[in-house]
Amino acid sequence: MNSLTDSDKPLEIICVACPHGCRLEATRKDGEILISNAGCKRGKEYATNEITDPRRMVATTVRIQHGIHPLLPVYTSEPFPKGRVTELLREIRKVEITAPVKMGQIVLKNALGTGIDVLASRDLK
Amino acid sequence: MTEQTYDVVVVGSGPGGLAAAIAAKENGAEKVLIIERDIELGGILLQCIHNGFGMEVFKEDLPGPSYAQRFIQQVSELGIDTLLDSMVLEATPQRRLYVTNRKGGISTFDAKALVFAMGCRERTRAQIRVPGTRPAGVYTAGTAQRWVNVEGFMPGKRFVILGSGDIGMIMARRLTLEGAQVERVLEIMPYLSGLSRNYVQCLQDFNIPLHLKHTVKNIIGNKRVEAVEMAAVDDQRRIIPGSEEIIPCDTLLLSVGLIPENELSRQAGVQIDPVTGGPLVDSYFHTNVPGVFAAGNVVHVYDLVDWVTGAGKEAGRGAALYAMGKLPAGSSCITVRAGNNVRYVVPQRIDAQVLEQEPISLQFRVSQPIEAPVWLEAVADGNSITRRSVFYARPGEMLTLPLKPEMADGLRGAKEIYIHVNER
Amino acid sequence: MVEKYDVIIIGGGVVGCMTARFLSRYELDILLIEKASDIGSATSAANTALVHPGYDPVSGSLKARMNVAAVPLWPGLSAELNFNYERSGDYVVAIGPEELPKLDELFERGKRNGVNGMHFVSGDEMRRREPLMNPDVSGALFAETGSICDPFGATLAAAENAIMNGVTLMRETAFEDFIIQDKRIVGVRTNRGDFSCRWAINCAGLYSDFVMHKAGVRPDFKITPRKGEYLILDRAEFQLRSVYFPVPNEVSKGILATNTVHGNAILGPTAHEQVDREDKANSSDGLQEVMEGARKLIPAIEPRHVIATFAGLRAAGNAPCDTPGVDYRHDFIVEIPAEVRGLVNLGGIESPGLSSSPAIALRVIDLLRDAGEPLKEKKDWNPIRPARPRFRHMSYAERQAVIQKDDRYGRMVCRCENVTEGEIVAEVHAPIPANSYDAIKRRTWLGTGRCQGGFDLPRVTHILARELGQSELEMTKKGPGSAFLTRLTKQVEESHD
Repeated sequence: MNSLTDSDKPLEIICVACPHGCRLEATRKDGEILISNAGCKRGKEYATNEITDPRRMVATTVRIQHGIHPLLPVYTSEPFPKGRVTELLREIRKVEITAPVKMGQIVLKNALGTGIDVLASRDLK
Repeated sequence: MTEQTYDVVVVGSGPGGLAAAIAAKENGAEKVLIIERDIELGGILLQCIHNGFGMEVFKEDLPGPSYAQRFIQQVSELGIDTLLDSMVLEATPQRRLYVTNRKGGISTFDAKALVFAMGCRERTRAQIRVPGTRPAGVYTAGTAQRWVNVEGFMPGKRFVILGSGDIGMIMARRLTLEGAQVERVLEIMPYLSGLSRNYVQCLQDFNIPLHLKHTVKNIIGNKRVEAVEMAAVDDQRRIIPGSEEIIPCDTLLLSVGLIPENELSRQAGVQIDPVTGGPLVDSYFHTNVPGVFAAGNVVHVYDLVDWVTGAGKEAGRGAALYAMGKLPAGSSCITVRAGNNVRYVVPQRIDAQVLEQEPISLQFRVSQPIEAPVWLEAVADGNSITRRSVFYARPGEMLTLPLKPEMADGLRGAKEIYIHVNER
Repeated sequence: MVEKYDVIIIGGGVVGCMTARFLSRYELDILLIEKASDIGSATSAANTALVHPGYDPVSGSLKARMNVAAVPLWPGLSAELNFNYERSGDYVVAIGPEELPKLDELFERGKRNGVNGMHFVSGDEMRRREPLMNPDVSGALFAETGSICDPFGATLAAAENAIMNGVTLMRETAFEDFIIQDKRIVGVRTNRGDFSCRWAINCAGLYSDFVMHKAGVRPDFKITPRKGEYLILDRAEFQLRSVYFPVPNEVSKGILATNTVHGNAILGPTAHEQVDREDKANSSDGLQEVMEGARKLIPAIEPRHVIATFAGLRAAGNAPCDTPGVDYRHDFIVEIPAEVRGLVNLGGIESPGLSSSPAIALRVIDLLRDAGEPLKEKKDWNPIRPARPRFRHMSYAERQAVIQKDDRYGRMVCRCENVTEGEIVAEVHAPIPANSYDAIKRRTWLGTGRCQGGFDLPRVTHILARELGQSELEMTKKGPGSAFLTRLTKQVEESHD
């Protein structure tokens, strides 16, 4: 997590909300976070979260039995708390499912109690 | 040998090929076939398991396999034929394809219109002439990606990645998430060659050091990579003596660029742009060979899959129109040229009469980064046709400039149109 | 000692394999040992891939005699053993008028050496024959018998034919010492145990000095490896019509530009002496030197045409020529030395070693006969080594026929070189099983094209593992210590920090 106080210099944040890669600036005034240079609303939201509660989409694989491939690609249903990604990966590594699987099927429910699910990225026969 | 005839045959089922086949069907082609070398449709997207696809097309942030599956479903619903696990061996200017597979052996397909969508291959070690030994442990990033994400094997424990292309950075994160150590990412240029957001979420998030203006001077190890020697380079990309550093590692991944895969296109007589490595095309992605179209990364390397889909749709529409005899015959051909700080522009030729009917989007990349607001400008016979402003221009990120039907008047009689990118 | 042989051949390069093949004609129990995981994987796999006509070696040297004697053997050998060989002729090209006299010198030397079929070609004619030639070409010497070949293919074919005729091959078997009793070699000590023999033949190439010193022979003989770096060009971008040498310098034949039996042009080699016998690393300077050297002949070559680089080591020796009156200190050794009995000693077989190899093998046989070995011919010796199907060289009808017999020939694994799964499987189950990626690559030319294996590598490791009944984790590039993969993706050793 990026700590930011009133006395800090503006913090540069490269937005990852979309591929444009806008370079935003975050400052804190009277405790409130101010974002400048944002190209859109989502960018502003991203930069604010980056200071208060940074999150990332996580995509990885799980083992799958009897499929045409040994691994099934999966991803988080929404951005996951960045500080707990390693812990999440450890949890996902324990998962093994059996084919067939449908895209969007829940592979791991309520991961680490966050309310975020891990979903299959594709059908796999 | 069996022989079959189709209205439109698409070679390759990555995002460009899928979009082309769907668009061909939607625009009136009856018999459409996709030929794919792998055992399933989707191309390289299937191994790109990371998120970030579809923001433009679906307004959603999808992983690669999900993005592909949405199109694969459409292919199936539209009744498009597919031939999997099959390799096209030869393509003729008359649009005949020779194909091999296990089931039917050699078969031929005659297409009224043909769409090449073979995508890219990765630039190899030899092409950038990295010196040193030739041990196991030197792989292109895409090969490693297939191993890690699809086949389920890790190709090493400690990695150095040469090149800051998107696949390289994405693999840096992927390998780290799967428990490997990524020591460095080296980039010979003074700037990132992939997207900035990949730098943030793939390297910065995991404290993986990026060294700009650095390269691999030597690979060490006879059987398996034991170390690489990295070195700083000057502005002419020459190694700076004394800057060498030995980095122990067992794997060197290369993410040093993509090359459009046009061996079949060449066989069919398609002219190739030496700068893009892809066919010279018009706004329908029609090549110089009548009835032969090109879709997606086979034309030039896109930065986003969404644009590949868009280009594939145009090529597929053009192919369907050609197959039905409805493609407007180009009469006023204008050559599109790369101007100030522009490396190349696609399409390389446009038709003012086509522009009168529909907008045409010009896509291009800059030669040098400009980290300040710039004008993207189209100029014909010294007159500005259109311009728009963007915040910055980076070689890793594609730029677009739309031409609208009302601009066709200004282009009448012009032989050339120049695209410039200048600081505002 | 467990196993007894009449003859043990030390070293499975082209010389050892040709010797095994020609000796397999006689009623002898023969063992061929090779320290690497595959035969022909050192000098025989990394050279200019040419059979030289014989105008270059010093007149009167054993090199010259062996080279010229071997030239007429190659066409028949290629027909019997079914490896790629084309008598395309070769050219020594003079650039500018000052190089022209050199051609006369070579012509005269060639005549002295007994080379037939040499002609002078004018500069105009040369430009017509090779439109890419440097326009300053002033003339060329054309030799009809110059040829291109697949050197590994020749080595493999010879070894397979030897095996068909009863020779035993052991790979990953390294010579350690001779077992000598009463000044006679009675066996060979290896990392895999001792083997008895009546004759040992030193075909150890880069290590030939090490081997002969173990027998107490020629203590002053020394191999000084000479590295040659090469570039391979994409045949889609660039094709040469023939073989073009510059006029030679003191050290070597210079950096040439040549077509190959696979259609890709090769440029090289450099010629730099080194101490290390294994270091086949490419260097920036070396690659630059090759590029610049080749551009003297063919100016249109550009870096972007390059699809592969490699380097090979030549086993350059310091043996004086034993012909009276010939002062030459880098001759071949092919002898039965006086110091010890039971040894046929070869050394310093550098260029034109590949060209000379069949003649060297025949000379070994002559020496054995002269030493009293009866050499009774086998009644059932079969000189023919059948070719295996190569999809790339077939017509569509032939392809269809081979796929109907075995549908694995219908699945393409290497898109650039058109190598199918059927061909890979056939090589894994051949007389000398291909057991690594490089072994498959050298046999089929898979992975040698534009993408350099980027597409086929995961597919080949999969097929190889399946056919060998092993895990993909055990698959190697070139034998023990060169595994491609380290673990399953999902098998993480969790760190405790």
